[in-house]
Amino acid sequence: MEKQSDLLLDIQHLHTAYRLQGKFYDAADDINLTLKRNEILAIVGESGCGKSTIASSIIGLYDHKNTRVTGDILYNELNLVGLNEQLFNKIRGDKIGIIFQDPLASLNPLMRVGDQVAETLYYHTDMDQKARHARVIELFNQVGMPKPEEMYTMYPHELSGGLRQRVVIAMAIACKPEIIIADEPTTALDVTIQAQILDLLEDIQKQSESGIILITHDLGVVAETADEVAVMYAGQIVEKSDVKTIFEHPLHPYTRSLLNSIPQSDDDRADLHVIHGTVPSLKNMPRTGDRFASRIPWIPASAHEKNPQVHEVEPGHWVRCTCWKTFHFEDEDAKDQEKTVSGE
Amino acid sequence: MWKTVLRRLLIMIPQLIVLSIIVFALAKMMPGDPFTGLVNPNTDPKEIIRLKREAGLYDPLWVQYGRWVNNLFHGNLGTSYIQKVPVASLIADRAVNTFWLSLLTVILTYLIAVPMGIAAGRYEGKWKDIVISAFNYITFAIPGFVIYILGLWLFGYVLGWFPISGSVSGSASGFWGVLGSRIYHMILPAVLVAIISTTGIVQYLKIGISDNKVEDYVKTARSKGVPEKVVFNKHILRNSLLPIAAFFGNTITGLLSGSVIIETIFSYPGMGQLFMNSVQQRDYTTLTALILIYGILTLIGNLLSDIIMSIVDPRIRIQ
Amino acid sequence: MSKEIIQIRDLKVHYPVRSGFWNRITDYVRAVDGINLTINEGETYGLIGESGSGKSTTGKAIVGVEKVTAGSIIYKGKDITKASNRRRLNYNKDVQMIFQDSMSSLNPRKRIEDIIAEPIRNFENLTTDQERDRVQELLDIVGMPGDAIYKFPHEFSGGQRQRIGVARAVATNPKLIVADEPTSALDLSVQAQVLNFMKHIQQQYDIAYLFISHDLGVIRHMSENIAIMNRGRLVEVGTKQDIYNNPVHIYTKRLLAAIPRVDVEHREEHKKHRLAVEAEYQNDQKKWYDKDGRVFPLQKVSPTHYVAEPASEVANLKESN
Repeated sequence: MEKQSDLLLDIQHLHTAYRLQGKFYDAADDINLTLKRNEILAIVGESGCGKSTIASSIIGLYDHKNTRVTGDILYNELNLVGLNEQLFNKIRGDKIGIIFQDPLASLNPLMRVGDQVAETLYYHTDMDQKARHARVIELFNQVGMPKPEEMYTMYPHELSGGLRQRVVIAMAIACKPEIIIADEPTTALDVTIQAQILDLLEDIQKQSESGIILITHDLGVVAETADEVAVMYAGQIVEKSDVKTIFEHPLHPYTRSLLNSIPQSDDDRADLHVIHGTVPSLKNMPRTGDRFASRIPWIPASAHEKNPQVHEVEPGHWVRCTCWKTFHFEDEDAKDQEKTVSGE
Repeated sequence: MWKTVLRRLLIMIPQLIVLSIIVFALAKMMPGDPFTGLVNPNTDPKEIIRLKREAGLYDPLWVQYGRWVNNLFHGNLGTSYIQKVPVASLIADRAVNTFWLSLLTVILTYLIAVPMGIAAGRYEGKWKDIVISAFNYITFAIPGFVIYILGLWLFGYVLGWFPISGSVSGSASGFWGVLGSRIYHMILPAVLVAIISTTGIVQYLKIGISDNKVEDYVKTARSKGVPEKVVFNKHILRNSLLPIAAFFGNTITGLLSGSVIIETIFSYPGMGQLFMNSVQQRDYTTLTALILIYGILTLIGNLLSDIIMSIVDPRIRIQ
Repeated sequence: MSKEIIQIRDLKVHYPVRSGFWNRITDYVRAVDGINLTINEGETYGLIGESGSGKSTTGKAIVGVEKVTAGSIIYKGKDITKASNRRRLNYNKDVQMIFQDSMSSLNPRKRIEDIIAEPIRNFENLTTDQERDRVQELLDIVGMPGDAIYKFPHEFSGGQRQRIGVARAVATNPKLIVADEPTSALDLSVQAQVLNFMKHIQQQYDIAYLFISHDLGVIRHMSENIAIMNRGRLVEVGTKQDIYNNPVHIYTKRLLAAIPRVDVEHREEHKKHRLAVEAEYQNDQKKWYDKDGRVFPLQKVSPTHYVAEPASEVANLKESN
């Protein structure tokens, strides 16, 4: 396959701003990302970091009056930013499939689940009703639903959480989209069901050679499924790399702090690592300087860039700001830290 | 489906029994009796007692109740003390008039309220919503009878567009002539009641739409590439109509109580007017029968609500 | 050996299922179906289960807000499933609860001062000044600034509200706090903060926790003894080491295998292991659950470790150990 066609999505300088009391505030600030075929790209961050904003910007589903999107989201040389609704409706559901967090809320309570999946086919294919029904049954089989014929006529409230999410996935992949966006697809599910759903997503990605954008707050999920990872903090991408590097050789202070605060299975630390302060709200977000600086006050201002940029510190590994070079945790000796960094 | 309906019907049996007991008790508690004011003041009190005994008024209460219920089952609602005709036939004539008036009112109510609710919900915060909300507050705040009298005065007397009393013009002849005259007499009262009845429906629909608009399943529908118009009609609207269906029984009840006022103001010969007249004339047999019928109609209205709900909402059907 | 604070004996909470045309009781949901556990003074007891396992119902039964169908909960030698005993022992002062959803569990129209002071007012007679000092002290314990007392719940972030919930639970100097998914709605870095405060408070005041969660990582961090709940019963009980290093019941194994690990290097092996365990779980249902699909009674496999399995299996296990 040509290198060219492997690039599914090219996001450049994306700014998405929400209007709050008459003023626009960037919730996603200068986002640069690419999604390739056969790749699972994870966007990870805590609530309010702007990860879901990126998803809604890509699929063009936002309140057009109170949201301002600028920059480029290129899909096959088509810019999705500012695309007219008619054209967008041809792409949504057909070329881009979306899976949301809460499977019960994502399904219309008054419609049979089979019909909800068939609805996607109605708008994107020439299939007649019989063919659509057959395709839905095929999809239900593919996503591992038992007794698909019976399932077709069920209503959402009659299914378990795991089955509902399978219906949502069937809906998202009905037209074999090239891009699948999964926004916290397993957050509402039990851990054993989560594992099954993640396996299913991986299988689908392999079969269809599509690209998946996986949006999550769960670092464990990222470590288990992602190929590429973008870590977000306060509307910006602070670190971007392949999954192995992010977990084994993280550089940005935020990534390192976050990894440190996971209750690890094999340590008996009395205390978990706590990040100072709180995530700033959209309105109070610092617009100049390093946004994470206030959370690591023991690092001198001189360590931060005035206007932090993203640097490629090694091939494919991007880090915002220069403070990572001298960063150490508060209880660590600064010199020890420098040694380990330079030793690597 | 049919199970839900059947069970709902069975629930109505105890409701009807309780209703009949309440109505019977009310009738017994009313001051005076059928002979009050009818008999000549010179009549021997013993004679009055004899008449009362013959009418069974000294029997134990449960015997009287049993007799009353038994009569009900035979379509015998008693004889009007005032008009000296069987109550059943007295009400039957009026019931037809009220039925057609109510039907027209219900149709008009929904014809006015549903588009208004949709517009208000869809264009929330825009001028359409503001105008509709203002209209809603006004019709909600002003008592019905004020609007009825105002309408009667303006369109009936001042402008003379509509007749101001009766259900049919005496000069009308032929099938079409009578039908036309009947409808002509109904339009003004029906429109006025409909305007008053829209408030709840508009409000429920508006809130339903603005709540459902932001639901995840609407986002899902959009993400499937479903055109906005279909998203609204198929997904948002259907879910928003649920509270309206639940409200249907309420609408019926409202119409029934409203008919008493509107029919009195418009001198429309329906059950409401009969009710008013019976109260004034202390026609207890008629009154009791009317209360019973109003009660039964209210129960039927609620039954219809529940049946409609079970048709439109799969979540409340019995498995 | 530390003293036990509460003992749960054969606790059952059943809900009737009504169905059919006449809406008769046709069956029972066995939300909690005969569990035994003992919590010691000052320890954190972890209760793990997936949604619908009955873990929250157990917690509610312990604080006395759930009607118990059968069994007993022994506190200071008395069965507190009886309301009269709860009153006599001041049980509601000694046992408090922390909820998952801090927004809906704090009254939005009350100031923080009143929210935290409420349990104090119920059980103690303090002057206004004493009460305010106590509230300030409690806020200080959970790391909240002093001016917080004049604010309303909506003025705080999720993590701060959860800390206020902790402060309120601690206000009456309880002996036991039932914490039902206290950090499930929180971000990772905020969760760390709340968990740390809970640990500090425990050390300072010698409080026992029943820590209910679906998150095995959090439970492992917090607790010494752990019980795994499934279908209303306990499938495995043991120390942290028993459960995490030597799980026996297939359900425990499956749960442990399903936790996503932050270990990119071995993720393929981990997935293989998980799929193998899942296959075993699907194939061996008969071995681990009785013919009605219920969990077997617990059998002792070591002094600290109990597993739900048919008695015949225990002998094999002891030999292999």
